Amino acid sequence: MKTIMWISAFITCGLIIGIIVYVFAKGIPFISWDLLSTSPTYIPPHIGILPDIMNTIYIVIASLVVMVPLGAGAAIYLEEYATNQKVVAVIEYAAETLSGIPSIIYGLVGMLFFCEFAGLRTSILAGALTLVIMNLPSIMRTTQESLKTVPQSYREGAFALGAGKWRVIRTVVLPGCVDGIITGCVLATGRILGESAALLFTAGFAHTLNSFFEGLMSPGATLTVALYVYAKEQGEFGAAFAIAAILMILTLGINSLAMWLERHFRKMREQGYPQEKTKE
Amino acid sequence: MNAEDKQKSDTIISTKDLNVWYDDFQALIDVTMDIPEKSITALIGPSGCGKSTFLRTLNRMNDLIESAKTTGSVLYRDQDIFHSSMEVSELRRHIGMVFQKPNPFPMSVYDNVAYGPRTHGTKSRAKLDDIVERSLRGAAIWDEVRDKLRQNALGLSGGQQQRLCIARALAVQPDVLLMDEPTSALDPISTTKIEELILQLKENYTIIIVTHNMQQALRISDGTAFFLLGDLVEYGSTDIIFSTPSDKRTEDYITGRFG
Ligand SMILES: Nc1ncnc2c1ncn2[C@@H]1O[C@H](COP(=O)(O)OP(=O)(O)OP(=O)(O)O)[C@@H](O)[C@H]1O
Ligand SMILES: [Mg+2]
Repeated sequence: MKTIMWISAFITCGLIIGIIVYVFAKGIPFISWDLLSTSPTYIPPHIGILPDIMNTIYIVIASLVVMVPLGAGAAIYLEEYATNQKVVAVIEYAAETLSGIPSIIYGLVGMLFFCEFAGLRTSILAGALTLVIMNLPSIMRTTQESLKTVPQSYREGAFALGAGKWRVIRTVVLPGCVDGIITGCVLATGRILGESAALLFTAGFAHTLNSFFEGLMSPGATLTVALYVYAKEQGEFGAAFAIAAILMILTLGINSLAMWLERHFRKMREQGYPQEKTKE
Repeated sequence: MNAEDKQKSDTIISTKDLNVWYDDFQALIDVTMDIPEKSITALIGPSGCGKSTFLRTLNRMNDLIESAKTTGSVLYRDQDIFHSSMEVSELRRHIGMVFQKPNPFPMSVYDNVAYGPRTHGTKSRAKLDDIVERSLRGAAIWDEVRDKLRQNALGLSGGQQQRLCIARALAVQPDVLLMDEPTSALDPISTTKIEELILQLKENYTIIIVTHNMQQALRISDGTAFFLLGDLVEYGSTDIIFSTPSDKRTEDYITGRFG
């Protein structure tokens, strides 16, 4: 029995390490400053992924900017204000269900709603909004979970001093749950990096270099989508593997960042909240 | 009775036919009680008899509990605390609360004490400095924390944390202090310190304290109220309650026959 376990463990680890090594071996030789810093051209044939990198950054920023206030706001409402526990339970159940839906369905709905109905056409913004809907439940849940970790005795202590609801939330509840929100953002960023299906429908696969606001309104491929396009439609496997390697490095970075943040916030919690402003 | 004594026995809080339910469970039954100003009133009784409920009703902390319903009246200085003209925030500024488990905020000692005044609009640095020092002195903890004002309050010992919480409550210049078993989570030395502090505070504040410790009630309180299953069974001067209670149940409880 022990041997079988050992073999399973060995195969699992072997596969993971195998994939990583394979992708890096095939991809890293193609990563060059030229690849990272230029746009692609047809004549002469040239591949550069700068637009894809920028698109990825734009879409992450746009998604987070919309997602954080919405998700955290909803969580705060559900945890701190909502009085009807049945409604809360229904919303939580809906969120749970939403997060289990395959992303391609979000893509389809996002295309019909944001691109067609809302008139955004195929654009980074439409893609970002689709990602917002996809990731909202998760950021709401992580925020809710961290709101639950703020001891009730803090809230009571503040209420007993005559503080109103909003002051209590702002001064003793929120500082205790920023870590949840930030961790949620990091996880969401990871998922956005990895998303392709939903974006193929909504953000398209253009490789043009745009400024942020221009970019929002134009179609554009993120790195993951570009990976698909280069490999599947253009047969450019060198570029595809280079992007794959970059994505892996980014994912690794994001995971370490998440871990570091968690430790950092635990330490901060021990040191206490930042102080309030006073007039001199 | 001279003028000062007369002053001292003025009623500050008066409840009439106070009933509290949690859903269908009645936790307080027709409690009618007058609490005199600048005195220490102890609430005793077995676990679950409604002492905390009573205390939390007085500053409307029970508003925070969804299922709680209240009937009857509570007058604070002749004002109905449930009347729509009563601002809860103002009520809680006048009637402060200290909890069973010390619950300082995870902020600096200074910010903890300044929290209440800031809540009620004090912004000036000089004023806050002054309030913080005065409150910490008032809670007999100034000497221990004067060099640690910027440190996190969670680093203090349990007893210090509780005195900090008292200081935090004093900082809004309350009239009444509600204390729910403030020493039950503390060691004997901290307990003694807090009891001494409470006796000092009596000079300027009205104190209502829940305690499970009969000796404590006897040591510090002027009046004692004995609750049983939501009923106020007996209420009178502590000396009398502990020497010649008129109700058999009070006697049984005090002599430790149940509870
Ligand atoms: N939030 C609540 N919801 C439902 N029932 C409650 C709630 N709080 C208290 N009760 C019930 O009301 C009764 C009185 O509770 P309370 O906390 O006032 O008692 P207590 O005298 O303070 O007890 P203890 O000495 O254990 O602190 C108990 O039976 C308790 O179970
Ligand atoms: Mg209690």
